[in-house]
Amino acid sequence: MGAKVNTAVAGTSNWVDERTTIGGFVKFFARKLFPDHWSFMLGEIALYSFLVLVITGIFLTAFFVPSMDIVHYEGEFATMHGVEMSKAFESTLVTSFQVPGGMLVRQMHHWSALLFTAAIVTHMARVFFTGAFRKPREINWLVGFTLMILSLAAGFTGYSLPDDVLSGNGLRIIDGVVKSIPLIGTYISYWLFGGEFPGEVLIPRMFTAHILLVPGLILGLIAVHLFLVFLHKHTQYPGGGRKDTNVVGLPLFPVYMAKAGGFFFVVFGVIALIAGLFTINPVWNYGPYDPSPVSAGTQPDWYILFIDGGLRLMPGWIGSFPMEWVIGGYTLPLNILIPAVILPGLFFTFLAVYPWLEALATGDRGERHVLDRPRNVPVRTGIGVGLISFYVVLVIEGSNDIVALLFHLSLNDITLLNRVLIFALPILSFLITRRICYGLQRKDRELVLHGHETGRIVRHEHGEYIEVHEPLSEQEVWLRVQHGDIAPLEIEPEFNHRGVRRKGYRFDRFRRRLSRFYYEQRIQPVTPEEYEAAKHAHH
Amino acid sequence: MSTDEKQHSPSEQHVDGEWVDPGVPYHRPRRSDSDPKAAKRAERQVAALFGVSILGTIATLVVYFTQNQTEDVESIRLVNVLLGISLCFAMLGIGIGAVHWARTLMRDHEMVEERHAMRTSDESREVAIQYLKDGAEDSGLTTNRRTLLKGSLITAVAIAPLAVLVPQIGNMGGDWNVAKFRHTMWAKGTRLARDPDGSLIKASDVTIGSVFHVIPDGLNELEHGKLEEKAKAIVLLIRLDPRDLNLQPGKEDWSFDGIIAYSKICTHVGCPVALYEQQTHHLLCPCHQSTFDVANGAKVVFGPAKRPLPQLPIAVDGEGYIVAQSDFHEPVGPSYWDRLKGGSSPAPSTEEGHA
Repeated sequence: MGAKVNTAVAGTSNWVDERTTIGGFVKFFARKLFPDHWSFMLGEIALYSFLVLVITGIFLTAFFVPSMDIVHYEGEFATMHGVEMSKAFESTLVTSFQVPGGMLVRQMHHWSALLFTAAIVTHMARVFFTGAFRKPREINWLVGFTLMILSLAAGFTGYSLPDDVLSGNGLRIIDGVVKSIPLIGTYISYWLFGGEFPGEVLIPRMFTAHILLVPGLILGLIAVHLFLVFLHKHTQYPGGGRKDTNVVGLPLFPVYMAKAGGFFFVVFGVIALIAGLFTINPVWNYGPYDPSPVSAGTQPDWYILFIDGGLRLMPGWIGSFPMEWVIGGYTLPLNILIPAVILPGLFFTFLAVYPWLEALATGDRGERHVLDRPRNVPVRTGIGVGLISFYVVLVIEGSNDIVALLFHLSLNDITLLNRVLIFALPILSFLITRRICYGLQRKDRELVLHGHETGRIVRHEHGEYIEVHEPLSEQEVWLRVQHGDIAPLEIEPEFNHRGVRRKGYRFDRFRRRLSRFYYEQRIQPVTPEEYEAAKHAHH
Repeated sequence: MSTDEKQHSPSEQHVDGEWVDPGVPYHRPRRSDSDPKAAKRAERQVAALFGVSILGTIATLVVYFTQNQTEDVESIRLVNVLLGISLCFAMLGIGIGAVHWARTLMRDHEMVEERHAMRTSDESREVAIQYLKDGAEDSGLTTNRRTLLKGSLITAVAIAPLAVLVPQIGNMGGDWNVAKFRHTMWAKGTRLARDPDGSLIKASDVTIGSVFHVIPDGLNELEHGKLEEKAKAIVLLIRLDPRDLNLQPGKEDWSFDGIIAYSKICTHVGCPVALYEQQTHHLLCPCHQSTFDVANGAKVVFGPAKRPLPQLPIAVDGEGYIVAQSDFHEPVGPSYWDRLKGGSSPAPSTEEGHA
């Protein structure tokens, strides 16, 4: 029996290989090694929630009608009888109430969209804090960054498709933001909406973007992203035997086929469970879009909150100084431009170029495949936590009405506090995080030099009490000393031996300043000499 | 606690003042590696998990075929919960089974593979560069005489997308008449009607402290562009005690006995300003919490908006209905670049201070 199967397999393989050279690919892929760590699953969650999005999305396209034509609802949901609504909204109700399982698939689609964006952001944070963006992965960082932006676009276009009053107000806010752009804002608004807001073409246009344009780009970039992961081979956390020149892990076939393949089903299952148990975006409670009604306590999906938070945070007046300027008769609404255009622009640009910025400070030209422990790069870790705290202040401000309600606080006080925190908290978080990192590095030194505390107190014959310290195993020592010491960059002097000012000095000086910012203050890992000295001191 | 190999002597930990990598840690076998009974048990567990998945799939289909959902929200919720849970089992069974298999029965002894630098070797680079040179030579582009060819090619390729993009983008903006922002349906004599039913409002209906959500009479009868007109024309009608109302200079006759009408579109980014606090006479935009003082020309008292809400001049006609005196005197809604340009509004807008 077994022999028979093998013949069949061999025959098929031979048939395919003679037509595709697939043997070469199998040889390249099958036993590729992947290091193991829970944090490497974050990207996988993003990938799998995207697959769930595609599967559930195909289901939904069978029932959704992307049209803004007005109809009167005659369907199953009693409270909406006779209500005027677009076909898009009506078909959303039909999908939810009349298609068996339609409600579940809609909810799965929405929940996996939230998970998709969340997983991408968390994955990006992991890559940032461990320095996985360093050479040779800068391009892949950019690909991932673009995927993150696209995920926001995918989420927002999808969120707006049901044409309910909540998403309609979201679109109106987008329209307001777009109009604030100098010179061409009103024309961009007309271009988007095909005329005045809301118009009759937006839903069909967003539908095309949502089911073809954006997912097509995402799919293509995922292919590039994964291709580069294979090409570079995965990064690994530091530890015994892990070098920049090797990869230590388990083979793709069978271990990661089973683990990663299985994990897809786990993600799918968990999304199904959440969608079964928790209602999301009940548009039948909100009603169809109408420019007039709106209610408080209605938030956009979480990934848009930071922009909404910025819009809430920014004052229209600072004292008696207006934040909307009129210059030569032209209006410049800074109260919208700064929080909704300039700030996100700077934030995202900083993220995108960060690998190059850090490379300027390190001057490191080698390939880095062993990840950093975040404590060993205190400034980077501090910057990361600072950015996160900045983001969190915006998210909290974006839900300030909910916060006010939950904690019985004044809405205005929360906003006033956040106007201070948006500047203070990132700086404070940076300083505290950096301090904690230094502390952890000192703790590492302490451990390497003096070993683990055992809690065992011993009295010597001469009466002295000491606590017995257990020396670290060599693996434990290696983890704490392997990263070496990085000194700030030294640059060539301003004037050469003939006293002529050299070209590029200013840029070098900027690099030196940046490098000092990163590495001036640092804790060096224990050297072998210190280690031996400490050892002898104990005996 | 540690699973590391400990048989090294300390002298090997560093050589010549450099730390030495201790190598991949010692691999501790799992129970299923050494104990056939444990391996058999793990195998049964995996099979059971796959079995759970099979049951989950069957359960999903059973729920689909047996549970009829009706218009009753409860029945829909029940079907949703049952389908969600059974689908969850169908998927988790496969997933956890596969992961458990990998963790208990598949190899867990780590392997080491060398990496190769991304950089192409010097020899290959030389060959690649030579190929490019050869190709460029063959194309004739490297010759100086061919600048015309190069220039025309680059120009042609650079402008060719315009042939597609210009008609596409050109058609996407409708009639591009952005001056429409300046006008709403309101005109001299247009009666104020309740939103959404369109019934007219008499001054006597509006008691002190009450708020009416208002649309222009005739909006509901529009065949086309109803939502676009509504998005600009919605108004809040509020009656204050006339003693509380500070009439703005130049607008003394825009209100009627404490009845005052403001655009409902926030001057920040255009949400409907819907929350009225009777005690403070404040209007709050629920989207970004711009707060306007109705008693003082709807000037901004808090939040991100900079400008007051535009006021609609109203009067009472012969039959006692509230009517508009004219359109708004400035564009409603959020600010934009040439908001103050164009001058086709009934009167130029005055920049109002914050006071």
